[in-house]
Amino acid sequence: MAYMTDRKRAEGMGSAKEGTHHHWWMMVSSAGLAVLTPFFLFTFAPMLGKPHAEVLAYFAQPFPAIIAALMIVATFLHFKNGVQALIEDYVHGTARKITLIATTCLSYAAAATGLFAIARMAL
Amino acid sequence: MPDVNRGNRPLSPHLSIYRPQITSISSILTRITGNALLISALLVVWWLLAAATSPSYFAVADGVLTSVFGKLVLVLSLWGLCYHLLAGLRHLYWDNGGSMEIGWAEKLGWACVIGSVVLTVLCLLIIGGMS
Repeated sequence: MAYMTDRKRAEGMGSAKEGTHHHWWMMVSSAGLAVLTPFFLFTFAPMLGKPHAEVLAYFAQPFPAIIAALMIVATFLHFKNGVQALIEDYVHGTARKITLIATTCLSYAAAATGLFAIARMAL
Repeated sequence: MPDVNRGNRPLSPHLSIYRPQITSISSILTRITGNALLISALLVVWWLLAAATSPSYFAVADGVLTSVFGKLVLVLSLWGLCYHLLAGLRHLYWDNGGSMEIGWAEKLGWACVIGSVVLTVLCLLIIGGMS
C-alpha cells in the first residue's frame, strides 16, 4: 500500500456517473406535477359526494380519466423518490433497506390500484 | 497523528441550539407536507377503487371522505398540496440559480407560507363553485 501512487489509490473510487439522476428525475416529475395538479384538483374534487352513477359517467370521459391516470402515476413515482431522500436521511442499516423496499412496493401497488380503478370506470 | 483528541473536542452545535428561521422552517415543511400527502393520495386511490367496485363500497368511501373528519383531512391535504407545490416551484427556481441571496430566500419562504393559505382558500372557493 505504501508504495502505491496517488493515481493508483484513487482509481475506481470515483462517482458512478449517476449522481444527478435522482435529482433530475425529481425536477422532471415536479414540473409535470405542477401542471397536472390544478387539472386534477378541479376535475376530481367536485366529484366528492356526488351520486355513484354521476361519478362513473364522469370518469368514463377521456379528459378526467387521462388526467387522473397521469396524476396517479406521477404522484406515486414522485413519492417513491421523495420518500427515498427522507429515509436515507433518518434510517440506517438494514432498517433502511427494508423501509426503502416497503415504500417502493407501496408506491407501485398504490399506482397500480389507482390505474385499475380508472381503467374500470373509463372502459 | 494530526488529531489525537477525537473524544471530547467541541462539536458543532445541532438543531436544538438554533433559533427557528423562515428558511429552515419552510424547508422542513416541504418535507413534512410532501411525505404526509401519501395519506391523501392513498385516500384518493381508495375512493376511486370504491367507485370502480360497487355502489355500496362507494357509499362507504365517499361517506368517510365527506364526513366532518374526512373534510378536515382533505382541507389540510389541500393546504399541504398548495404548500408543497409552491415550495417545489421555489426549488425549481433555485435549481436554476435564481434568488439565492438570504434576503430573497427569506422572502420566498414567506411567499410559500402565506401563498399556500391564499391558494387553499382560492381552491376551496373554486371547487365550491364547481360542485
